[in-house]
Amino acid sequence: MKIVNQTRISFPSKSCNEAFARGAVSAFITGLDPTVGELSDLKTAVSEAVTNCIVHGYRRKSGTIYIYAAVREDNTVTVKIRDKGVGIEDIERAMQPLFTTSPEEERAGLGFAVMQSFCDKVRVKSAVGKGTTVTLVKKIGADG
Amino acid sequence: MIGIACFFNLILKRDVKMLKTEFKNNTLTAYIDGEIDHDSACKIRQRIDSAARSLKPRLLCLNFEKVSFMDSSGVGLVMGRYRQMQLLGGSLRVTDVPDPIYKIFALSGLESLGVLR
Repeated sequence: MKIVNQTRISFPSKSCNEAFARGAVSAFITGLDPTVGELSDLKTAVSEAVTNCIVHGYRRKSGTIYIYAAVREDNTVTVKIRDKGVGIEDIERAMQPLFTTSPEEERAGLGFAVMQSFCDKVRVKSAVGKGTTVTLVKKIGADG
Repeated sequence: MIGIACFFNLILKRDVKMLKTEFKNNTLTAYIDGEIDHDSACKIRQRIDSAARSLKPRLLCLNFEKVSFMDSSGVGLVMGRYRQMQLLGGSLRVTDVPDPIYKIFALSGLESLGVLR
């Protein structure tokens, strides 16, 4: 399916940028006339992925987070969230609900579960020492 | 101490940006205002915990009425306060949760703690 619009943003891995990232993606898809629920779902999923980059990918060190978002002809939105951090050794384990490596920070271990529940597709590509790319796919307009 | 607080119906209000707290009849109510993510959850947690530690309420109420956005950091916030209140010998209640946010609580299995109203 043909891409009709796309954007790229990058920003330092500071937690104050979590709100910026989900706000930017939300603003980018406003033209598709999403429902309040669709917008809220995508914002939440983006927030989870960006938080993962900050908390896990870069582990309090600073790095850059890259977001690429695209809209296709059929109103399907793809959002890729990428970091060049530590990478995930065992993706399957990382995606298990309630699994977390940061319980002391009160991380609930639900990031991927939320992404999977709120998007149509979630893909994770990761290489230890190189970084992680999370791809979220959600069709806008599927609700109504 | 507890009796005195009850008797005087002590109301404590702190006007901080994201959080207003009220202490009345041994209940500490925290009105959370705005977005809960990893960034804001840390700040909200610190404020609630310092109030709970000094006031030692029997019940901590987290009022979510004005929460406009929440990701799974909010689940961590609630679970952490649940544990904190157990340590302090009190209980926790979460009230006025807007529908989109309730979705995340439902997904988390937090309903089984019996704190959601």
